Parts: sequence; structure tokens; C-alpha cells
Amino acid sequence: MSSIPKGLKYASSHEWARDEGNGIYTVGITEHAQGLLGDMVFVELPDVGDSVTQADDCAVAESVKAASDIYAPLSGEIVEVNEALADSPELVNSSPYEDGWMFKIKVSDTAELSALLDDEGYKNSIDE
Amino acid sequence: MANQTALHGKHLEAGAKMVDFFGWDMPINYGSQIEEHHAVRRDAGMFDVSHMTIVDLKGAQTRAFLRFLLANDVAKLTVPGKALYSGMLNETGGVIDDLIVYFLQEDFFRLVVNSATREKDLAHINAQAKAFDVSVTERPEFAMIAVQGPNAKAKVATLLTAGQKAAVDGMKPFFGVQAGELFIATTGYTGEDGYEIALPNEQAADFWQKLLEAGVAPAGLGARDTLRLEAGMNLYGQDMDETVSPLAANMGWTIAWAPEDRNFIGRSAITQHKADGTFKLVGLVMEQKGVLRHGQRVVVNGGEGEITSGTFSPTLGFSIAMARVPASVGDTADVDIRGKMVPVKVVKPAFVRMGKKVI
Repeated sequence: MSSIPKGLKYASSHEWARDEGNGIYTVGITEHAQGLLGDMVFVELPDVGDSVTQADDCAVAESVKAASDIYAPLSGEIVEVNEALADSPELVNSSPYEDGWMFKIKVSDTAELSALLDDEGYKNSIDE
Repeated sequence: MANQTALHGKHLEAGAKMVDFFGWDMPINYGSQIEEHHAVRRDAGMFDVSHMTIVDLKGAQTRAFLRFLLANDVAKLTVPGKALYSGMLNETGGVIDDLIVYFLQEDFFRLVVNSATREKDLAHINAQAKAFDVSVTERPEFAMIAVQGPNAKAKVATLLTAGQKAAVDGMKPFFGVQAGELFIATTGYTGEDGYEIALPNEQAADFWQKLLEAGVAPAGLGARDTLRLEAGMNLYGQDMDETVSPLAANMGWTIAWAPEDRNFIGRSAITQHKADGTFKLVGLVMEQKGVLRHGQRVVVNGGEGEITSGTFSPTLGFSIAMARVPASVGDTADVDIRGKMVPVKVVKPAFVRMGKKVI
């Protein structure tokens, strides 16, 4: 039974997004997702300034097991990436909702939020 | 319903993540595959390998039978207990399986074969054994635990009786001995020192628990794969199979060509492969970010090949792989990683042995 914090928005492709105010959303992958992927060895992040589109791949998480695309849960511009992951990709495993965050998006259209799930919806989607 | 080993309950108790492995419900890891990998390289780890198939061969002509069945030559086994790694080939020179054969007595040899190939192996061995009047007996009543790492033997020793200790004392690599209820062998699939221990199913959980208490870390199939790949050991079904010549799978060293008058299954086919030339299995090293993966295309001098096994090497901190490529390959190659051509170094397929980098 993995942790699915309340108050976050979730994509069925296992990303979470947290509202940081001023249209900025922090993005990472869920505890359930990191468990499926196993030990993380590299995270290829987008560049600050990149434009991303909801549901398009914009990062790659490489675990010992597989390379997995990370999809932007919302459209907008990348305003910050988690530089700590370059040296410590295992933060995605140990702290998926806090220290293991991946990037922040300045969201261009908050209406897209309606396409995301709340914690209950995500819980049902992974059938845990 | 998946098969369960005698240690299944111990895996669940330890919170293992279980996966289906060719019909067996086996632990992929107990939390962190990388930590388990390091435990084996730096200290001692243990694997449940009870899913592997033990086959005992008995009869006066067992040695003659194995000299026909296997590409390596059991004539090399002159001291009781000595083991040999060999391919078992088909008539077209493809690899039916790779296995370890132990010489126990002149009329008694033991094979340990892969679980994924169990049925076809047994069918093949039984069919071929008829002409030699050799009995073929599977031993599912045994569990098997591989204890591997620089401190593995010392930690196992704390569980042994005086008689068992005496039996394994000074035992060289690639030997096996029946010591009381334990069949203890100095073999493994990690490139580290250690034992593979076969024992009755009903004793396995207790022995595993005592190993845990002696400070041996449980390790899953995930770590087993990264360890064997660092050690440059083939995985059947991935690095070779029935369509691949042993010469194209870095198994040339396991083929005993001499004496020339020894007939073994597949001999004429691989003699032709040798004359024609084959692809070869090489090691790849990529020191930049990214992970080499099975199936990726490899462009080399004079042609193209494919990665058979690729992973992130926890010991080295970068990615390594085995790839089957044209023999014209030079010192470098390019790998197609999701559409991007990435340069890699070409090395002999062995990366880490006994805790040390060998590239």
C-alpha cells in the first residue's frame, strides 16, 4: 500500500503535481511508480525554459530495470529542475513527493487541471 | 498457480517484491536491488536458486554419455567433486542450455541446469541417455541457496559442523562435495567467492534464517542479474539460445575440440561455424549518462549487431552491456539509444571480478 498524499493532482501515467501558488506546479512521480521502476540510476530532465505540453513526454527516468518516459501533467514552461537528482537519483525512490521532485512548470492553462485525478481517483486507477 | 520454492515464506516475511520467473514466484528484490548488489560485492549476500533443476545421472556409461551430450569434455574431470561449465548443443550447433556438471563418482554425475529450460532439457537428456543406459533423475526435493561475496565462506562456516568444515576446507573453485545433509559447491554466478548449497527442502528455511542471523543479506533476481553481467557471465535465453552458435556467445572456451575423434552433439555444425566465421559477443562500456538495454542496435566497424544484455553497473557507476556484433568490430561502437547514436567502448565481456574492476 503506497502513500498517495491528499491535495496533489495525479496523472494516470503516475506523475503528481503540487500547486505552489502563482501558477507554478512542482512535478514528480508517485511512490507507486518508483516502486514499479525500482532503483533509479539516472534522471534525464528537461531544460529550464523548455515548453512542455500536457501528456507529452518531457523527461526520462532510468532505473536498474527500465527507461521510462515521464509525461508533463500540465502544459507550460519549465522554470526549475531538481539539480540534486544528477548526483542522487535515488531521491526519487526514497522521497518521491519531497526531495525527489523533478521539475516545476509555470502552467499556461489551469483548465487542464480537470484532466488530472485527485488522490482517490489515482488510488482507484492503480487498484491498490 | 506459480511454483513456490521452499523459501517462499522467508521471502514474503522479508517483504520481498515477488515476480513471475518462468513459472516460479521469485523475489526480484527485498527493497533495493543496488544495496543487495553491493552487499554481495563487499560482504555477503544470498540468493534462493531452488528453482534451478538438479539432475542426477547414474550408470556405468555416464561419462561416455556426457562426452557425447556436452560440448565441453568431462574427460577433464578426473578428481571426484570437480565441476565443469558446458553448453549442451543441438545438431545445428545452437545452445539448448548452459549447465554445470559435477563428477561425483565414476557412475554418478550431477547436472545443474536452468529452470526456464527444464522441460526441454529433461526431454533431450532422457532421449539421448537411452543409448547409454544412464538413469536420469530430477531432484526436486532439494532447495538451493547461493551464498556469495568476500565474506560468504566465513559466514557459512559459522553454520557448519566440524565434519562439514573439514569437507570444504581448502576446496578449490568449481568443486562440489556432499557434507552431511548439504551438497556444498564452490560455484556461483556473481564473480565473487562463495558457495552454492543444495539441501533438503524441509531444512531450507531454517538454514536461510541462520544465514540471515550470521549477517548474510538476502538478494533477489535483480541483483543476481547485475552481478552476473558485471562478471561477464551469460544469461540463457538472453545472451544465447538454440539459434545462436556458442562461438557467437563467448562460449568458445567451453568447447573441447580435442581429442578430434570425440563425437559430441553439434560438433559438425560448430566446426562449420568456425570455418565460416561468426558474430562475436563483446562487452560495451558507456561512461556517459544513460543505460544500455537489451535489444538496442549497435553499429560497429563493418556492420550492425544488437545488445543482448545491458544494465547500469552498480559497482562501476556507469552502464555496461554484452552485444553480439560482426567479428570485424573495433575498439569503439555506437549504440542507438531511443534514436540517438551514443559512442561506447568495446571491451572483453567481463567488467568486475572479486570486487575489482577488470576493464
